[in-house]
Amino acid sequence: MNTIASLQIGEMGVILEESLDRIPLKLLEMGCLPGAEVKLLQIAPFNDPIYICVNGSHLAIRKETASQILISKF
Amino acid sequence: MSKTQIINVALIGNPNTGKTSLFNQLTGLNQKVGNYPGVTVDKKQGKCKLPNNQIALITDLPGTYSINPTSLDESIVLKTLLSNNELEKPDVIVVVADVENLKRNLLLFTQIQDLEIPTVLVINMADQMRRKGISIDIQLLQKELETDVVLISARNAAEINKVKEVIANKNKIDKPKPVCKINHKIDAEYFAELQKVTPNYSLYELWLMVTQNSFPEKVTEVEKQKINEFRSDISKVKRYQHKETIYRYQAINRILKATYKVDASKATDLRSRLDKIFTHKIFGYVIFFGILLLIFQSIFDWASAPMDFIDEFFANSAEFVKSQLPTGMFTDLLTDGIIPGIGGVVIFIPQIAILFFLIAVLEETGYMSRVVFLMDKIMRKFGMSGKSVIPLISGTACAIPAVMSTRTITSWKERLITILVTPFTTCSARLPVYAILIAIIIPNKKLFGFLSLQGFTLLSLYVLGFAAAIISAYILHRTLKIKNTSFFVVEMPNYKLPSLKNVFFDVFEKTKAFVLGAGKIILAISIVLWFLATHGPSSFKDAEKSVIENANNSQLSEEALQQKIASAKLEKSYIGIAGKAIEPAVKPLGYDWKIGIGLITSFAAREVFVGTLATIYSIEGVEDEATIKERMTAEIDPKTGEKRFNFATGMSLLVFYAFAMQCMATLAIVKRETKSWKWPLIQLVGMGILAYVSALIVYQFLK
Repeated sequence: MNTIASLQIGEMGVILEESLDRIPLKLLEMGCLPGAEVKLLQIAPFNDPIYICVNGSHLAIRKETASQILISKF
Repeated sequence: MSKTQIINVALIGNPNTGKTSLFNQLTGLNQKVGNYPGVTVDKKQGKCKLPNNQIALITDLPGTYSINPTSLDESIVLKTLLSNNELEKPDVIVVVADVENLKRNLLLFTQIQDLEIPTVLVINMADQMRRKGISIDIQLLQKELETDVVLISARNAAEINKVKEVIANKNKIDKPKPVCKINHKIDAEYFAELQKVTPNYSLYELWLMVTQNSFPEKVTEVEKQKINEFRSDISKVKRYQHKETIYRYQAINRILKATYKVDASKATDLRSRLDKIFTHKIFGYVIFFGILLLIFQSIFDWASAPMDFIDEFFANSAEFVKSQLPTGMFTDLLTDGIIPGIGGVVIFIPQIAILFFLIAVLEETGYMSRVVFLMDKIMRKFGMSGKSVIPLISGTACAIPAVMSTRTITSWKERLITILVTPFTTCSARLPVYAILIAIIIPNKKLFGFLSLQGFTLLSLYVLGFAAAIISAYILHRTLKIKNTSFFVVEMPNYKLPSLKNVFFDVFEKTKAFVLGAGKIILAISIVLWFLATHGPSSFKDAEKSVIENANNSQLSEEALQQKIASAKLEKSYIGIAGKAIEPAVKPLGYDWKIGIGLITSFAAREVFVGTLATIYSIEGVEDEATIKERMTAEIDPKTGEKRFNFATGMSLLVFYAFAMQCMATLAIVKRETKSWKWPLIQLVGMGILAYVSALIVYQFLK
């Protein structure tokens, strides 16, 4: 199963409906919604955290959170 | 509504939307920073005259992405909005959104609209629209959102007047209708029952009471109990919150589809190009450490001239006042107590203002978020978060705002560790102590022909402070058993040029708060010290006589005699007695009873050390108005006949001040932020032991 954590820099995906219960409310409020496109922009040195663009929001999240969010890759 | 009545206006919006710029534009210098009752969150308020001559009291609420709080700052927003206290409750809410992130900003807007308080939407940074290819159908957006929408660029005065006009008109309108009306979609029956609890609150207010377990003052116990029943199944509440957010975004997407267009071809990739440099695996760190070096360099280079000027000015003022006023108790209090006391506070202003200025610029440009991103993984190894970098840097100005800035860290363990170790960073109160000791014990020479030896010593002390912070963080990380329940999310705002006005206000407010806060303590202690040093028990009065009697046998000059009398008096004064009492404890560290007095008074605040010695030595040297540094250099240890501030004693003092927790104001803030005396006590004792032992080792080794 693909998650946001498995994206490569520049790759995109769509957040799947199944991950709804696993996304913290705060992330949801910042635009990380099922059906939203997510693009991986950067990975910090030492491979964590990651820098994504989702639903127009530019966010940095840790891999542990990113690996909770299921996506289907483009 | 009468014309003289003041209306309450709350400014609310996501972070980085230019909310503070709008606040500064609306209120000008007519603002003040207070505190919310019970917490230390800054409450920024200002007055503004509306076109109809009404006065609006504008409150700048902390930036938040949603009404559902995840931090202390954000919970203030919820509290203010739910409040039913006439003075707190806003009459009009201005939601500030930024044109580029309108979708996410509208989430907060729809939540607030549902509270049924008159709400205005202000879309900021309109000057960016053309460049970014954004177009908005304002008429349609107003219709869809059922509210007034104003497009502004916070620096345009005409548009600011439009905001004032809308606020003035808005206040007449009755309760707005909620835009989302989503509750029946989630669970019609559940929400119908919830509304039945009481008609005094809107359905959304009741829903917030359910989800946040936070109640306005006037909610009765019976109502509370009924509301609490709705949260009996907490996982259902959580699910409904998720659904609520999704429905809100669906409504927003529908509205924006018709009103908001972006021409993608106009988009520049400046952000991604800058990000590639600033978050680069190597250049990112090089740039960050370069900026850190620049910060430290500027603290010393830019601040040294004004500081020397202030130092001279106060020494001259004391001399001038002394020459103009008749000798006596009052003149002594003025020239030996109050003037040096005020000087000891004012001398910090250049360094603190420069530090606050540089930090404000870094935050305004959006660079600070990149530092958070860059440093998170490293900081996590030490039990902290990337967000801990900001408190640790701010700590180089003052631990008090630094401890308060940890509030953005959502994980309690990461936040607690950051709070506990922040006082190790070299704050500006340590600087005068370091500066004077270094000037005395380290020769003014160049290392390898270019590196100032004094500057290098100071840099080493900064490194020592950071190292102590990092190592103790690691120990705390390994020993504290606190489960991490929250997660990390940071918005990466777009880069922008800092607004000088915002930076100026920020620096002005923070410097003022520091000077007034710490200044009161320092001035009070200076006066108390002066009194304790000029009064004493019965033996104090005999001191002068006995010196003169003894002196009759030897051939002393008049000046040397006066010096001896002053010395004897100081020794027999109250403060001399206290200093002597702790002398046995500090002797192994290389200190005498005069330095002991400085240590005692430093527990109020470190910088008092210099002021204390200034007071002690100015009482001693009757005729001489030289600066404190010259006096300390000249001080002789009577037993050995050598300089009192020799290399070993100086180094021992430097190490002691690097580690010891000598700031009552910080302890008080830590107590408030951690809500217990346990943590500040652990800080006080732990850092105290470390300081004593390290200073002991240093002195015994170098002696």
